[in-house]
Amino acid sequence: MSNYSNIDHTHNHGDHVQATVLCCNCGVPMDGSTGLVMCYDCIKLNVDITDGIPREANLSFCRNCERFLQPPTNWIKAELESRELLALCLRRLKGLNKVRLIDAAFIWTEPHSRRIRVKLTVQGEAFSNAIIQQSFEVEYLVIAMQCPDCAKSYTAHTWNTAVQIRQKVPHKRTFLYLEQLILKHNAHVDTISIKENKDGLDFYYGKQNHAVKMLDFLSSTVPIKYKKSEELISADIHSGTSVYKFTYSVEIAPICKDDLIVLPAKLAKSMGNISRLVLCSKISNSIQFIDPANLHIEDMQANVYWRSPFISLADVTQMIEFIVLDVEPSGERRGKYLMADVTCVRASDMGGSENEEFYVRSHLGGLLHPGDSALGYYLKNSNFNSDLFDQLEATNVVDIVLVKKHYQRSNKRSKNRSWKLKRMANERKDIVATEVLDSRQARQEQERAERDYELFLQDLEEDDELRQNINLYKSENANKVSNHDEMADEDEMDDDDDDDAPQIDIDELLDELDEMNLEG
Amino acid sequence: MAARAQFENSNEVGVFSKLTNSYSLVAVGGSENFYSAFEAELGDVIPIIHTTIAGTRIVGRMTAGNRRGLLVPTQTTDQELLHLRNSLPDSVKIQRIEERLSALGNVICCNDYVALVHPDIERETEEIIADVLGVEVFKQTIAGNVLVGSYCSLSNQGGLVHPQTSIQDQEELSSLLQVPIVAGTINRGSNVVGAGMVVNDWLAVAGLDTTAPELSVIESIFRLQDNQPDAIGSDLRDTLIETYS
Repeated sequence: MSNYSNIDHTHNHGDHVQATVLCCNCGVPMDGSTGLVMCYDCIKLNVDITDGIPREANLSFCRNCERFLQPPTNWIKAELESRELLALCLRRLKGLNKVRLIDAAFIWTEPHSRRIRVKLTVQGEAFSNAIIQQSFEVEYLVIAMQCPDCAKSYTAHTWNTAVQIRQKVPHKRTFLYLEQLILKHNAHVDTISIKENKDGLDFYYGKQNHAVKMLDFLSSTVPIKYKKSEELISADIHSGTSVYKFTYSVEIAPICKDDLIVLPAKLAKSMGNISRLVLCSKISNSIQFIDPANLHIEDMQANVYWRSPFISLADVTQMIEFIVLDVEPSGERRGKYLMADVTCVRASDMGGSENEEFYVRSHLGGLLHPGDSALGYYLKNSNFNSDLFDQLEATNVVDIVLVKKHYQRSNKRSKNRSWKLKRMANERKDIVATEVLDSRQARQEQERAERDYELFLQDLEEDDELRQNINLYKSENANKVSNHDEMADEDEMDDDDDDDAPQIDIDELLDELDEMNLEG
Repeated sequence: MAARAQFENSNEVGVFSKLTNSYSLVAVGGSENFYSAFEAELGDVIPIIHTTIAGTRIVGRMTAGNRRGLLVPTQTTDQELLHLRNSLPDSVKIQRIEERLSALGNVICCNDYVALVHPDIERETEEIIADVLGVEVFKQTIAGNVLVGSYCSLSNQGGLVHPQTSIQDQEELSSLLQVPIVAGTINRGSNVVGAGMVVNDWLAVAGLDTTAPELSVIESIFRLQDNQPDAIGSDLRDTLIETYS
């Protein structure tokens, strides 16, 4: 399957060709002055310069990722009939270095035939002085196989240690915060994969000490307890070696910032006789409680918590809005907190016939002003299914507990934030499952996640202590927003009425990195 | 007639033998097949002398000669010279030549009337060639090669030269030699025609690899077709020697 073509520099020197010798093989008169002693027809019959070049070869192809093997270990992506594939094909041919490659081109084949045909044109020296050109076809058989990467992805037992982090609360704020902490401290560098699970995240590691490092990080940032378990994968009784898989089950204390908590009596007594009805004011590796009635602040270490764990009485979702009518600071100050007597009404009662005023001691004296709205727990009409709460003497229970100032936010504001956060790309464990679920449930799930994220962002805006621990980046519309503020046209004036939420100073923001989305 | 032969698996019969109209030299040690190629045609006509020259078997390349004489290089031993003298006909003169270019067969190419020699050959040698062989001596090259004996095969009837010899060179040579000249190959495309074959006025012996077209060129240019040239031979000859005058 090869043909020869004359290289005509030998034959058409001048217009007039003189036959001086006879071809030594067939006797055809030919021009002897070129040094050829055989005519092209005879060379064609007698000589094959493509002798050492195979006419068939194999290409390895991974069906899953559609890459071709470039020996010894490279897998490269190459389209059919592409330059890369041609280069790969030519590299597979042995003996091509003995001849000069003039041309190479694909001959079209059906893709599913698993054959690739390449037409090659080569030049080579047949005798001394006789350079001939020959073209031929090589057929490549595409052999389907699995590349090591794909094989690895289909292998279940690549990880050695898993860290399962769980927090049994209905929202994801802790994990969103944890995500930012992990990103800031680069604690996820050794992670093989991260999976989202119900109530938490799973981190997978190739080595146990990577997981231990992660555990150390976690225990320094949030109140956790963990349990280690191991599973025997294989054991060799001859050498006495065995392979285990380790799983660390990490539980984060289900107490979040701004939760209302009733402390067990013994615990409250041991913590400087703090009042039993307290708010959680800060979560780090310890839990900080504040008594809103007298600014008594106490820290509780994680191990103390886990010795006798309790759950919070009410969380942020149960807070309702109050309108502050009057604030009388009593002068006692502790950190950012200022003791005050606050008169307020429920926002839902405002303007109504029943306008019950509440007179409450609060730690938010520095923040609240008459006319502001605040969020708080309304205990007067709440029923709690809690033994600890039932133990409280009724006289000790206040009607309302104010927790934080409430800022009106426009939707526009939340869309045009001048800052943003890095996100970690984590794969959902149940991708297939969500597809099967009806779209309503999926949508609800999505909405809940978005709401949690938005709440988390608002928390960040309001709490500069929280912000100190994480990295914020300038977003694309950061400049736009600052320009917009300066213009201060009429629309803006209207917006200002309900747009009193704190903003993050642009100096706090980091310049955006090239790639915000991490590759998971 | 033209015959094919092989000397100990070598096709270069012109290296291992010398053929003239009055004697033939062959190297010792070859098989009977090689000798019989000569003996079959010449055995009862001219002496076929088994000899070495200077202890080597490449007698064809070391010697030059024709009907009238034989030239041997200075390295030829007295014993060899004596043996040759005893074997050669009395009419044939034998002469040892003191020449730097001692492979006389490579530097001299002659028939009974004319000799082509290497351009660098010494003046004295040239004179000896003219005297002993009774020929006119011309310093010449063939297709740019100085080894005229290697690239030319000559008899009184015609001559075969290196395939790259141009038409003009062929014309010049044939007017010099007064015999038709043709370019050609021997031993399936080898261009050392002098070393690949030996020829006299009745017989040509070529290497075993020589193809039929090559042999037919040899037969036609050296007029070896048993005195009655057949149609193909004469046709070929006509086409090849169209410029001969």
